[in-house]
Amino acid sequence: MINPFEIMETINMIDRENLDIRTITMGISLKSCADPDIDRLCEKIYHKITNYARDLVKTGEDIEKQFGIPIINKRISVTPVASLVDALDTPTVDKCVRIAKTLDRAAKDVGVNFLGGYTALVHKGYTNGERVLIDSIPEALAQTDLVCSSVNIGSTRAGINMDAVKQMGEIIKKAALLTSKTQGFACAKLVIFCNAVEDNPFMAGAFLGDGEGECVINVGVSGPGVVKCALEKVKGKDFGIVADTVKKTAFKITRMGQLVAQEASRRLGVPFGIVDLSLAPTPAVGDSVAYILEEMGLEKCGTHGTTAALALLNDAVKKGGVMASSYVGGLSGAFIPVSEDAGMIAAAECGALTLEKLEAMTCVCSVGLDMIVIPGDTSASTVSAIIADEAAIGMINQKTTAVRVIPAPGAAVGDTVEFGGLLGTGPVMPVKPYSSEEFIARGGRIPAPINSLKN
Amino acid sequence: MKAIVTVVGKDKKGIIAKVSDVLYRSDVNIVDISQTIMQDMFTMIMMVEMDDTNASVTDIDKKLAAVEKEMGLKIHVQREEIFSSMHRI
Repeated sequence: MINPFEIMETINMIDRENLDIRTITMGISLKSCADPDIDRLCEKIYHKITNYARDLVKTGEDIEKQFGIPIINKRISVTPVASLVDALDTPTVDKCVRIAKTLDRAAKDVGVNFLGGYTALVHKGYTNGERVLIDSIPEALAQTDLVCSSVNIGSTRAGINMDAVKQMGEIIKKAALLTSKTQGFACAKLVIFCNAVEDNPFMAGAFLGDGEGECVINVGVSGPGVVKCALEKVKGKDFGIVADTVKKTAFKITRMGQLVAQEASRRLGVPFGIVDLSLAPTPAVGDSVAYILEEMGLEKCGTHGTTAALALLNDAVKKGGVMASSYVGGLSGAFIPVSEDAGMIAAAECGALTLEKLEAMTCVCSVGLDMIVIPGDTSASTVSAIIADEAAIGMINQKTTAVRVIPAPGAAVGDTVEFGGLLGTGPVMPVKPYSSEEFIARGGRIPAPINSLKN
Repeated sequence: MKAIVTVVGKDKKGIIAKVSDVLYRSDVNIVDISQTIMQDMFTMIMMVEMDDTNASVTDIDKKLAAVEKEMGLKIHVQREEIFSSMHRI
């Protein structure tokens, strides 16, 4: 029999240290739904999603009960919708919004928390459908509850599409204004990527990439609380021991993800894709990535040393996790969403954590400037410039970076914006008061970097 | 299929009797029992076999919830794989 101490360790991780499976995400290809007629397209989309995912939530709940491990979210990711818009007779914003509403209705009817894939990949250029889809994003997000959107505006191989960067600044501003009653909530469902991955199970950036199959199960694990508790036991020890402790813990966390992924895949009769090894925080006290960094000896997350601490954490999580799963993928790294992490919120409120420090942190971890509330009067060109900076980090370092900022209408530095649930609470963080207007107005493309020429 | 029943709480008379009574009535076979004191708490761990029973892990968990409430304990019933996959390569 398994050692009683090991059994109790597992139970304590779940009961006291917030170990959970963050998400089971079913990827569903919508390629077969393409149709020039909007009515037929919507009908096919609804039918396919509700057919493929009809048992997803129940299966997740059954696994949760039988194994005694919480599975927080059940989600769906779909083929980038822009490719379906391209197939329409005459794409219009209204037709795109109808597709978004259809996705929303399908997601609600199968009972999932979110559906991702209202997406366009425009890192090198736009197709007609992509252009219309991007134009429709503010309306689509404002008129739906569960649909998440993402736009890839750059990659190491293609460079950065600065026309798209410029446009996304305007789209984010418009999405915030359309949802001003909820302080710009639509922006919490919109991610701008550089080097987006095709098998990400986490929202808001999940979509089912072009190289993926018909249907797939991807799983995202969590467990910052477990890592923090493990580090409490090695207080004052050197970094070799810190890294080793994180690795061992990440291994155990990931094994849970692997077990749940295999079980869900078997029960649903859908191939297992990947386990995403991300440490995803929640606003719950004790489930924070910032607290892990502080446990390493930093007074507040964001102070000098934070980037080094995060680099060690991110690397050790991967080293521990990779052995525990047969297929690792997605974003796989520590997330640093400000509003979703109790420690980050506290650090931002006291001024220890700034936008500039967060930008530095994104150089060494997954994924980017995430869930950051900025003043409502921030200009579209400043939002675009924030996106450009972050995309440049991703492009040069051959990693995924993302921006999910919320220019909350009416909010100023010193205010706090409540999103509720897993999305948490965001203190409004200051941006630079100096203009980037002329820089963003140039348009065109930033060429791919020399390190992309590998052939 | 095997499952692990863990019982944690303040030691008192009748814990084993009540838990094993529920298992017996549900046609669940106890394969192994260990008990120990961890951090001043009575901790009992049972490995059970569920091949003969029609009840699911969830059903047993629900039945044990009554004992949990009555005796002020914390009882978990979980499929064995969650522990073996976490602690064994």
